[in-house]
Amino acid sequence: MTLLDRKGPPTTGRPPSTRDLLTRGDIRRTVTDRVMTGVITGAFLVALVPLVSVSWTVLSNGIGRLSPYFFSVSMRGVFGGMDAGGIYHAILGTVLITAVATLISVPVGLMAAIYLVEYGRGPLARAVTFFVDVMTGIPSIVAGLFAYALFAAIFGPGVRFGVVGSVALSVLMIPVVVRSSEEMLRLVPNELREAAYALGVPKWLTIVKVVLRTAVAGIGTGIMLAVARVIGETAPLLITVGVIDSINRNVFEGRMMTLPVYVFRQYSQGLVPCAPDAVDCIATVNFDRAWAAALTLILIVMLLNLLARLISRYFAPKAGR
Amino acid sequence: MAQRIDVTDLNIYYGAFHAVADVTMAIEPRSVTAFIGPSGCGKSTYLRTLNRMHEVIPGARVEGKVTMDAVDLYAPEIDPVAVRRQVGMVFQRPNPFPTMSISENVLAGVRLNNRRISRSDAHDLVESSLRGANLWNEVKDRLDRPGSSLSGGQQQRLCIARAIAVKPQVLLMDEPCSALDPISTLAIEDLIAELKDSYTIVIVTHNMQQAARVSDRTAFFNIAGTGKPGRLIEMDDTRTMFSTPTDRATEDYISGRFG
Repeated sequence: MTLLDRKGPPTTGRPPSTRDLLTRGDIRRTVTDRVMTGVITGAFLVALVPLVSVSWTVLSNGIGRLSPYFFSVSMRGVFGGMDAGGIYHAILGTVLITAVATLISVPVGLMAAIYLVEYGRGPLARAVTFFVDVMTGIPSIVAGLFAYALFAAIFGPGVRFGVVGSVALSVLMIPVVVRSSEEMLRLVPNELREAAYALGVPKWLTIVKVVLRTAVAGIGTGIMLAVARVIGETAPLLITVGVIDSINRNVFEGRMMTLPVYVFRQYSQGLVPCAPDAVDCIATVNFDRAWAAALTLILIVMLLNLLARLISRYFAPKAGR
Repeated sequence: MAQRIDVTDLNIYYGAFHAVADVTMAIEPRSVTAFIGPSGCGKSTYLRTLNRMHEVIPGARVEGKVTMDAVDLYAPEIDPVAVRRQVGMVFQRPNPFPTMSISENVLAGVRLNNRRISRSDAHDLVESSLRGANLWNEVKDRLDRPGSSLSGGQQQRLCIARAIAVKPQVLLMDEPCSALDPISTLAIEDLIAELKDSYTIVIVTHNMQQAARVSDRTAFFNIAGTGKPGRLIEMDDTRTMFSTPTDRATEDYISGRFG
């Protein structure tokens, strides 16, 4: 009778009809359902607030200065409140440094993931997993100091060039690549490996042509997300690559500008003290440039995400008729 | 091109666990040998030692002798990958490569091994293998569609086509029909009857009628209890096994009076 007790008022003696049993719902369950639906929807909306707010703030503050001109020039010879200057050098630096970081991280990370999934047994595999977990938690400034210290030990103190930044970024990127690739490789059904072995395919060819091929969409997405994660890093790049106003295409020599550092740099320069009668002087030009560069950075990350989706759609195993 | 396989005093272990004990049997060429027995008695494990597939599982090892045409498959100079090219395998669940088309699946044994094959040879191989698996007429117009677009029974026949495309001597089948409906099962059984003209076939099955229908010889495996190793109880011509088995346990199992 405990079940009946919870359903509305108890009936008088006679057993309830089937209709009663089926129509009289459990009121507590209905209430719980409503409340939980409300709470979850509310939580979702709360989570959405910062996203919408950030997007809107960056868009409204940054769109004003975006122009083909802004994308195509550097900050060389720009001073004061001049209505000039752009982010070409910063985009170039960000793209080059991140590309080199990806070139370093993907082979290392992917091979570590293959080792862990396909070969790793015993203490070495456990140690690799443990240190990958530890690496995930490294503060980015520490990664920057590490890369700087490493290159300073070789080239002497004060060394600053693109590859140093790339190394710092790959310290942050490798654990993300290992983790995501490992997960994707584990998703590949063991049956496919066995199918390949049963055809007389050696293990390494099975890994390259079946396992990696089946998981390539997920791995590609993971790498893109790892890139998106490090492309906005500021502190390590400030230490390792520095700041510059002109274009530098060589990642092996000289300082480079990157978008996040550019944003920081512009913003920290603050308001320009314009003379009252100055014609070509915008007091807030540094802030405007910072917002516009931030918007560009967000657009680049969005573009990368889009690319990741395209990759996974193109390479995903085709199913169904 | 079919070969006979002789197994002498084979013991299989997973780490410390003794999975199968003291199996001695001869598998005749150009015939179908069926393994029957309750779940967990080591039929599949034993089957996988015949092409060294069990080595994929960490900690698995084997004592004893498996010879194919008088060559010991477990001799140190033997390459397990080469063994698997000669002894093909079809699994319980159809497992076509999801990233490949139907024809690519058939060619997988060639392509995955980085062997070059001319376009016309590839086409001939696809056609002959799919014909060999009784699948050609159903898929000849959609060879470029993904292998996963086929029905379960067709996928299993695609896997058989893929296995015979590498031209093995022996074909091992691990419960190939247990995931299929009766009509697809019939198609596979017809196929097995045709394939035994050119291959040595070993099939593990839980279906007594299937063993009786397709096989020439039947081996009954049993297990004394949990944690005990599986053993080969008896092996004889299928007709004898199903009419007058010598062992009591075999008779009980076949007539369904088992556990």
